Amino acid sequence: MSVYGDRGNVLTLVRRAEWRGVPISVCEVSVGDPLDPSEVDLIFFGGGQDREQSVVSPDFLRQKGAAVVQAVEDGAALLSVCGGYQLLGTSYTTVDGHELPGAGLFDVRSVPGPRRHIGNVLIQTTLGGPARTLVGFENHSGRTYLGAGVSPLGRVLVGAGNNGEDGTEGAVYRGAIGCYLHGSLLPKNPWLADRLLAAALRHRAGTDVELAALDDSLENEAHEAVAARIRTRSGRVRSGAW
Amino acid sequence: MAGRAAATLSRRLGRGGGTVIAGHLVPRLAPQALREVTDSLPNGSIVVSGTNGKTTTTRLLSHVLSGAGMRPIHNRAGANLLTGLYSAVAQATDWQARPRGDVGLFEVDEATLPRALEHIRPRVLLLHNIFRDQLDRYGEVHFVAGLWRDAVERLGSKTTVILNSDDPLVAALPYGLTYGVEDTGIASARLPHAADARLCPRCGSPLNYESVFYGHLGHYVCSTGDFSRPAPDIAATSVELLGDAGTNLTIATPGGIIRATLRLPGLYNVYNALAAVAVCSALQVRRDVIARGLETFTAAFGRLERIAVEGRQLFLALVKNPVGFTEVLRTILAEPGRRTLLIAINDLFADGTDVSWLWDVEMERLQDRVNVAVCSGLRAEDMAVRLKYAGVETARIQVEDDLERALERAITAAEPGETVYVLPTYTAMLSMREVLQRTGYVRGFWED
Repeated sequence: MSVYGDRGNVLTLVRRAEWRGVPISVCEVSVGDPLDPSEVDLIFFGGGQDREQSVVSPDFLRQKGAAVVQAVEDGAALLSVCGGYQLLGTSYTTVDGHELPGAGLFDVRSVPGPRRHIGNVLIQTTLGGPARTLVGFENHSGRTYLGAGVSPLGRVLVGAGNNGEDGTEGAVYRGAIGCYLHGSLLPKNPWLADRLLAAALRHRAGTDVELAALDDSLENEAHEAVAARIRTRSGRVRSGAW
Repeated sequence: MAGRAAATLSRRLGRGGGTVIAGHLVPRLAPQALREVTDSLPNGSIVVSGTNGKTTTTRLLSHVLSGAGMRPIHNRAGANLLTGLYSAVAQATDWQARPRGDVGLFEVDEATLPRALEHIRPRVLLLHNIFRDQLDRYGEVHFVAGLWRDAVERLGSKTTVILNSDDPLVAALPYGLTYGVEDTGIASARLPHAADARLCPRCGSPLNYESVFYGHLGHYVCSTGDFSRPAPDIAATSVELLGDAGTNLTIATPGGIIRATLRLPGLYNVYNALAAVAVCSALQVRRDVIARGLETFTAAFGRLERIAVEGRQLFLALVKNPVGFTEVLRTILAEPGRRTLLIAINDLFADGTDVSWLWDVEMERLQDRVNVAVCSGLRAEDMAVRLKYAGVETARIQVEDDLERALERAITAAEPGETVYVLPTYTAMLSMREVLQRTGYVRGFWED
């Protein structure tokens, strides 16, 4: 599934590997395709329109869900956004009230909410050390609640995040990240892209691989410009009934 | 009428088209005004909706129908919400609320269509296409398709519904007349990444495409066989794209063949022309009148318009969603060589507040094709990053938030005689208009 420009995440990972001379190949996994957990180092799972999601989810849970969990347990990196994040939780409830099991990678459950959260998001995360900000755009009516002991990706500074109530956004388990951040997320948060790439390379090589530094001035300017826009609240649009 | 006076006043005050103030007053003064006026039009009303091409199609129709001797009343300036319809009617009536035209021609926003049809009972309803546009406002393409289905099913038998055969989301609705492209010589074999509909609107199974024209428009059949593209009544049997100069078209209609050279570039304008021809056929306009109208039409402001500035040509094209932006790129890159670009991206409500869509545009087409790309608007930096990841050399990417300075930079970067391609989102286009007016390059757009 890929709407809301989540393809930008894949493009960012590919380019940042290519610019460093790191060989990378992208395999698109569609409905019906099997997924071999030993073949992958990095998994991206995006969001979709409700209709696509209803087609994708039974197929995903039949075989791919277990394969994705296996790959992450073996040390692969993963980024999932919105619908992908929800499907990787322990359960999610459809708009018509059916509670369905998820792949269980993250101990989170998602339920439909009365309002759709739409707008720019600014969060603070300490993932990987120092406190840093991530900018993105959320567009979801589902609310996600973390199980006891689950680490969120970060704390919401502006926006709704997981559920609009507890100030958390996203979830982290081993090398896997789930979140509601579209935007695309990685182009304006290039350090997170590099973190995922480094984890993927570590998984492939079995040892830490140092990534060469890149000139990220355009990316960082974009991050700062959006963060400033969100902080002044002008970037926050609305969060209303729909 | 007070609404009309307010419109005149607001226009005198230089506050832009004056369309919105009148629109807010009239519904309160006379809630039935829209229905009463449109019902009294001798040739009835035509309502046009769709994500891409509403404005161009409506203007093209106005041009052709005027050539056929009709006097259209229409909402010109992209004012396509209910308020815009009211003000169009308010401005086109005299003090006794008598219309100064004989046919209504209204472009209507996709989500506003059901409410607009409560006020206007159209003779012809044209449903053009559904693309992902401003997802944050309407949600999803299937949601819009559902709204339309309910609205169409409530229509009386006096309305002829005209649909685009090549858009499966639209073609699944109940119809009276269809149009589409038959010339598969210009098609590609697979759906682009940014296609908004890959699933059958009836059963949700994947659609198989034999040919794709652009976005999800093409020749398709459901993998279960329960739905396929309806054969078009109005068909482009030969399409010869001439780059940004225009298109040679042959169109088969129930009344015979129409041949014309369209001065609008790009495949999306082929669809706009087909839609206009379909409406004209339904209204029984003569074929030679239609052909002459197609040949003599030029674009609306910001929709593929050329303006001479400082010895350079400015080529303006509105960009507002992945499919539209990709088609604009395809059109302006048809001839070889590098291009000088000014891309202005805003994220206000009318633009769509989520700029993620830039990542679904096939910007990779610009690799090795950019002389200088000046990025401007409220999200200039996002655009610059997008170009970098598309493979455009960073030395050729400039960021200048201020639109007037950005325009200067782009003009300076272009050689005399060269074209500067200006690609703004909706509100950036309005700002661009202001800049060009301030500098004296163009007239006010409510005058056209």
